[in-house]
Amino acid sequence: MTKQVQQLDRVIIRFAGDSGDGMQLTGDRFTAGTAEFGNDLSTLPNFPAEIRAPAGTLPGVSSFQLHFADHDILTPGDAPNVLVAMNPAALKANLGDLPRGSDIIANTDEFTKRNLQKVGYDANPLEDDSLREWRVHAVPLTSLTVKALEGFDLSKKDAERSKNMFALGLLSWLYHRPTDHTIKFLEQKFAKKPEIAKANIAAFQAGWNYGETTESFSVSYEVKPARLAPGVYRNISGNQALAYGLIAAGVQSKLPLFLGSYPITPASDILHELSKHKQFGVRTFQAEDEIAGVGAALGAAFGGALGVTTTSGPGVALKSETIGLAVTTELPLIIVDVQRAGPSTGMPTKTEQTDLLMAMYGRNGESPVPIVAPMSPSDCFDAAIEAARIAVKYRTPVMLLSDGYLANGSEPWRLPEISDLPDISQEFTTAPNGEDGQFLPFKRDTETLARPWAIPGTPGLEHRIGGIEKADGTGNISYDPDNHDLMVRTRAAKIAGIDVPDLEVDDPDGDAKVLVIGWGSTYGPIAAAVRRIRRVGGKVAQAHFRHLNPLPANTGEVLKRYDKVLLPEINLGQLALLLRARYLVDVISYNRVRGLPFKAEELAGVIQDVIDSD
Amino acid sequence: MTELVNGKGLSLVPKTDVKQTLKDFKSDQEVRWCPGCGDYAILAAVQSFLPELGLKRENIVFVSGIGCSSRFPYYLNTYGFHSIHGRAPAIATGLAASRPDLSVWVITGDGDALSIGGNHLIHALRRNVNLNILLFNNRIYGLTKGQYSPTSEVGKITKSTPMGSLDKPFNPISLAIGAEASFVARTIDSDRKHLQSVLREATAHRGTSLVEIYQNCNIFNDNAFEPLKDPGVRDDITLRLEHGQPIVSASKAVVRAANGGIKVVARDSVSEGEILVHDAHSPDPSIAFALSRLDEPAFEHVPIGVFRSVDRPTYDGRMAEQLEEAAAQKGPGDLSELLMGGDTWRIN
Repeated sequence: MTKQVQQLDRVIIRFAGDSGDGMQLTGDRFTAGTAEFGNDLSTLPNFPAEIRAPAGTLPGVSSFQLHFADHDILTPGDAPNVLVAMNPAALKANLGDLPRGSDIIANTDEFTKRNLQKVGYDANPLEDDSLREWRVHAVPLTSLTVKALEGFDLSKKDAERSKNMFALGLLSWLYHRPTDHTIKFLEQKFAKKPEIAKANIAAFQAGWNYGETTESFSVSYEVKPARLAPGVYRNISGNQALAYGLIAAGVQSKLPLFLGSYPITPASDILHELSKHKQFGVRTFQAEDEIAGVGAALGAAFGGALGVTTTSGPGVALKSETIGLAVTTELPLIIVDVQRAGPSTGMPTKTEQTDLLMAMYGRNGESPVPIVAPMSPSDCFDAAIEAARIAVKYRTPVMLLSDGYLANGSEPWRLPEISDLPDISQEFTTAPNGEDGQFLPFKRDTETLARPWAIPGTPGLEHRIGGIEKADGTGNISYDPDNHDLMVRTRAAKIAGIDVPDLEVDDPDGDAKVLVIGWGSTYGPIAAAVRRIRRVGGKVAQAHFRHLNPLPANTGEVLKRYDKVLLPEINLGQLALLLRARYLVDVISYNRVRGLPFKAEELAGVIQDVIDSD
Repeated sequence: MTELVNGKGLSLVPKTDVKQTLKDFKSDQEVRWCPGCGDYAILAAVQSFLPELGLKRENIVFVSGIGCSSRFPYYLNTYGFHSIHGRAPAIATGLAASRPDLSVWVITGDGDALSIGGNHLIHALRRNVNLNILLFNNRIYGLTKGQYSPTSEVGKITKSTPMGSLDKPFNPISLAIGAEASFVARTIDSDRKHLQSVLREATAHRGTSLVEIYQNCNIFNDNAFEPLKDPGVRDDITLRLEHGQPIVSASKAVVRAANGGIKVVARDSVSEGEILVHDAHSPDPSIAFALSRLDEPAFEHVPIGVFRSVDRPTYDGRMAEQLEEAAAQKGPGDLSELLMGGDTWRIN
């Protein structure tokens, strides 16, 4: 029997299971196959902070959502078309997000009385007709896997462990994904355990074959490759792109990269990635705490390195005194804050945009720090280089505000030409700049207001810097009132004068009355919502901030050009506060802090409401 | 693979042919410690010691935290970084780990190093980055005007403890040995010759050296170390630690105790052969640790000198080796190769 093949323009799949079920790996492999096939895609991993919450419980559910299409897309998708539920907990935790009529592939082997009770099901939902509005494919994934691996020298437990690969095989058949890469990947991953490698490959192939032969699936689906701009692509997550951006920033600034860091979710992967690339002269220092991480980075910067520290909100709180020291000693430093839900420990694996005001003001004294925020996973690469450019040119700490959604989400990335990357190098000072061969460490460049960067090892320029207020020019300790006033204003003027590009406004017809703005990771959902509005003839303009401090010079003019300005943020209105204070514009805030990105549909509704209101 | 580092503390720091004097290391800044402060003596000792190293002045960096002693870098005509409270070891670690051509010094005090910066100190010691840490111990908070410190004796009456302090003090030498320090020494501000001899050994040591300097705060804790300076008793209570020499004072000697530890006895009560010979290079730290406990109760007998000096790989040295190994295995870093490293596909 040849099965029917149906053409789709886009699909959203969510793999959900217990933390130990390997859902992140399954999602990653499906993504790799999808990228190889040439669809545009966007992913959203969602997992608990606990490494292994009690098996089969709701807190233990881990999921991975993938949106892929034959056209360019901006978000991991609002609601799944297909849910793969490896156990009752995964079904219960995700059913609310699943529109009626979509597919559920459930692993019936795990729907035991005990597992059902664990999550509060009195009856088996696969059998009691409660799921009649969905298309349920009940598949005994575990027992089919065990059966497929009968010939292998494996314990039952080890065989059961391959059930995620069976599921991956089934889904790969269902959506016509290429299989070569996954087979190669499994061979490499389990190179030291060839029996496990073979078993996983066998499970994967058994899943594929099951799809082809079973009557439970009468249709398979094809999503044609997307027509993206010509070039070489790879799939990349925000943390990986950020790490690559830092390496590139080291190369493009001609400075050795030094990372001082302390492990913290969701930033640790940047440390892991950078530690793999020592051939670039990258030094990664896993410090005893957050404070030592930034301290070592600042010490390295004093010695002429590109000093970087990576962390999340709680870490920034600990580092703030050292960031202040970098502000006053005017040394280049990059602080990467991969924001997560707070306050305090909050929800470490969930995303939020709640550190903007901390980045802006979270230090004692007048302590201005430039802020750059990437807008998509792949933009983390360019944003890292931009942060380094500002740090090195203006001799200042720079805050790079990523977040959990960008960090773990992924998308195809058109690789830049290396020759197109900006040269961000600056010369160290090597000669005295004062009268009689004197060196004045705080005599500034008249244009940028940057002070000279003279590093140890440079003869004749021996000097002392520190956290105490410095006299203009000489840098000697000074308690003079007028000097302090001058230095405070000068440091502020230096940051305010940083060259950042103008805000670009997307207003195709030029006659929109409503402007929707955002910053950082909300770009995708906002842009997707804007598309929805325009598709039905609505008028809305969009602008997105990548630089939060200083703000682009045309910000006030852009905001005042529109009748209404709408600003969705995953906080309680932090950028709105800044814009209202600075430009006296009545920004309309839309705020949700659920630890999750916005949905395009949700934002389209909000935009429509603003358009419709008087 | 692992470097042999003994005696090579500053071998990677460029030397100068120009003869240097104390004057070369004096900055143009007016020294602003209280008149009579022990810091003056330490500053003069360091300024007159540095020319002996014959290093290029621009390759020397002094990093400090916060406190009276931490003003030290301003008074030396080298590179200097007066940082924030307790963090100097962390900042110096980043600098020394990325710049093996520098002689990096940390100047700290008992509050700076052992209270607010305790974590950084112990981790710097176990890591063994090439640093010289000078810990000025005056057993009091000076800059904040006289509160008790983590080395103040129990019962200390201060502004913040009018009925006496309650917490047991740290013994910095014991702490350092417990933190896997590869070089630990103690000296005293008033004995320039001894102070400089310890600095000589500390700078020859590659790795982190911790030198505790007993320093008098004549304003808030005057005469804290007076017995060690009093000509009437100092020779009797000071046990000089010199590698390969018996551990003795004028009237006392250190011998092994029946319980396996060590004890102090009258020198004339034992034969020369029974006296413990100091082995600063012993891989086993237990005797060095036992020596660090001898001055309890305080000042009955106080070991002075190098407690421990052992050779082990440095963090900065191993870090540099890993970079070289990576470059040898993978070739020098190539950005294009890095970006193309994953699964890529081309769209025409």
